[in-house]
Amino acid sequence: MRSMTDSFGRPIVVVTGIGIVTSLGVGKDENWAALTAGKSGIHPITRFPTDHLNTRISGMVDFLASSGRSASALTHEMAELAGREATGQAGIGGDFGGPLFLAAPPVELGWNQRFDLYRRGSADQQGYARLLAAAHAVPGEVYEDDTQFGAVVDRLADTFGTRGLPITTSTACASGATAIQLGVEAIRRGESDRALAIGADGSATAEALIRFALLSALSTQNDPPQKASKPFSKDRDGFVLAEGSAALVLESLEAATARGATILGVMRGCGEKADDFHRTRSKPDGSPAIAAVRAALADAGMAEDEIDYVNAHGTSTPENDKMEHLSLSTVFGERIRSIPVSSNKSMIGHTLSAAGAIEAAISLMTMREGVIPPTINYDNPDPAIDLDVVPNVRRERAVASVLSNSFGFGGQNACLVMTREPV
Amino acid sequence: MRAATSHDPRMNQHDAIITGIGIVSSLGEGPEAHLSALTAPQPRPVLDTERFVPYTVHPLPEIDWGSQIAKRGDLRQMEAWQRLGTYAAGLALDDAGLKGDEALSATMDMIVAAGGGERDVAVDGDILEASLQRNDRGVLINEKLTTELRPTLFLAQLSNLLAGNISIVHKVTGSSRTFMGEEGAGVSAIETAVARIHAGQSSHLLVGAAFNTEHPDHLLGYEVGGALHRDAWAPVWSRGGMHGGGVVTGSGAAFLVIESRAHATGRGRAGYAAVGKVASGRARRGSEDLAMAIGAMIDALGGSALPVMSGASGAHSATAAEKTSLDGRGLQSVRGFSTLTGHLKEAQFPFAVALAAIAVRHGATLAPFDPAFDAPVQVQDGVLVTTVGSRRYEGAAVVSAA
Repeated sequence: MRSMTDSFGRPIVVVTGIGIVTSLGVGKDENWAALTAGKSGIHPITRFPTDHLNTRISGMVDFLASSGRSASALTHEMAELAGREATGQAGIGGDFGGPLFLAAPPVELGWNQRFDLYRRGSADQQGYARLLAAAHAVPGEVYEDDTQFGAVVDRLADTFGTRGLPITTSTACASGATAIQLGVEAIRRGESDRALAIGADGSATAEALIRFALLSALSTQNDPPQKASKPFSKDRDGFVLAEGSAALVLESLEAATARGATILGVMRGCGEKADDFHRTRSKPDGSPAIAAVRAALADAGMAEDEIDYVNAHGTSTPENDKMEHLSLSTVFGERIRSIPVSSNKSMIGHTLSAAGAIEAAISLMTMREGVIPPTINYDNPDPAIDLDVVPNVRRERAVASVLSNSFGFGGQNACLVMTREPV
Repeated sequence: MRAATSHDPRMNQHDAIITGIGIVSSLGEGPEAHLSALTAPQPRPVLDTERFVPYTVHPLPEIDWGSQIAKRGDLRQMEAWQRLGTYAAGLALDDAGLKGDEALSATMDMIVAAGGGERDVAVDGDILEASLQRNDRGVLINEKLTTELRPTLFLAQLSNLLAGNISIVHKVTGSSRTFMGEEGAGVSAIETAVARIHAGQSSHLLVGAAFNTEHPDHLLGYEVGGALHRDAWAPVWSRGGMHGGGVVTGSGAAFLVIESRAHATGRGRAGYAAVGKVASGRARRGSEDLAMAIGAMIDALGGSALPVMSGASGAHSATAAEKTSLDGRGLQSVRGFSTLTGHLKEAQFPFAVALAAIAVRHGATLAPFDPAFDAPVQVQDGVLVTTVGSRRYEGAAVVSAA
């Protein structure tokens, strides 16, 4: 009989439902078809004017009802879509009955709302005094959800009937991985047989784009848009701001087996390590990222030589890709040159808070389908980064285990190890 | 109501012991200052009724930032919220005897409950004023923000960068997680920290939050929901029927070092108190009776005979529901500390736990400061801690002798 616990005696955590939304479309089928065809979702920005901006492209999700309405509205809609797909695939109708972990961007009252409030205000007041007076005069909760960090997840908890106080997490670009880790840990603690982990980010506003641009983080290679995100290439010049979401239904193997659910993969190990070097740059020796990878492997109870494929953080910034190569080559040694390492961000851009969840979802599909999505736009390899990046064209190959990396501003490093089969 | 409770308190190696406290509020900084404020014959709030008229706030005390954030370069990268949190985290580490302990800092886990940092008031004001004269507001935003925003301000605003700054300044790097979501984030941070200790998933953690209310955008977040009190100042339980929504905010922070009993005793630390059960909930306030939900949470904790350190916000319906629930259980030894500190948003629950731990350690007699609960409270070996979110989410815990 199959063991229901791992080598540490903890419940094995599996995935029984996956949902994805990116600029490539809604749903995992549409996304998988595009990702394995090497198709890019990066396109010119139309949501707001791009006058005065050096970056005029993004991977925004422009085709939903709340696209462009507000960051929290779009984040909510994408989270709900992904959540419905995942719970639907898992065959969990009605109340979900487990905790909810959402990775989401910090919310702020958007400019449209601020303009509207200001216009309502009194002409004899200026600045925030006028906003505050106008806010007081607006009845009810017209703008409230755009200022309350706990509002989106509250509505999702209603929608899915999750249990208890839902958690919204932000570990910058590692948030999606953190949400999954929180779910895994809750199941391992025996608090629940299942957890719903969602990463969603619909915060690609003009202000967000400008903030990242002021930190020189974004690509300015606007033409053609689909060529801008080029992880591991010599001429990479920054990431492409993007939106999306993914949801995973996490379950103990025991509970999933008992109800006859299809097991889509195993969430084998999670590792993290914070960097104390700088707010946006990694410690030059890569030690925190290295420690995060090693922590994930240790948590999975696996050795370096048991990883078949790396789903890279691969943002296409000069700094990240260099440091990620350094960390991977330190952990895996010479063997890293023969491990496929690809970046989904070459096609969907950097979905920030959602990235870790989307890339975990794609990693699980990679194992299930035996097809590795490529790193596209790999026309000018960076000779300092000697990796098999699965250049430009997908690769059919059996993959039994994946390491997925997520690194973010603020010294956030989180890694997930997934396997195809429970051991 | 669905309350989730963590493990039962057991006198064992996985008990969650508070071994360090870093707190700052208008009452001062550190456990001593707060203990003396709470046990003074007539505890008095510190109020600023002028700077944000018509709102009253409880302002930060004078702080010597450099005593916890040594590098001026680090200070320059932060605005008030991050400074306050990083400062309080440093106080907690100092208090736990862990400051500068490289090995234990490098393996220390961290959970921060965070909102966001401060926006640039001048830039926002410029754009808003110009918006009255222009129709091309999208272009206006680009024009102004690309030229007037200080590039590094973004990092002072990002929610997870309070944790990031704590890593940089205090070298806490075992892990770094930030939870968002007002009072509920503070509840979840403590609940998750305690659950991880109880389950052996962590041996020592830094957990907490900070809130800087002395910025108009941070008041705006409350006022779009009509939450702020707009009348003469009154104690937290006595604002029903007055103008505004009942919430008076304060600037403050609370960080705790929580260790497993094994870890704490291994390095010879007795600690302040143990955090036993933590309960949290998400009552559907539109359709459920919040007072019953709060009551169920208190009952689940077995907190019915204990003194209460209440994080009541003053928000009318939530505070009335909590009062009903406490009254219904005969709980009359209650301290609604927001009367003295103001509402500390994400920091509310960690602050409540910190006050409870200080009171338990000292067996304090807490003086009355509120006509709703006007008898002195003698704390012995346990305190029930509550935080009912002004808008959503509830939490409670029992803090008992270590």
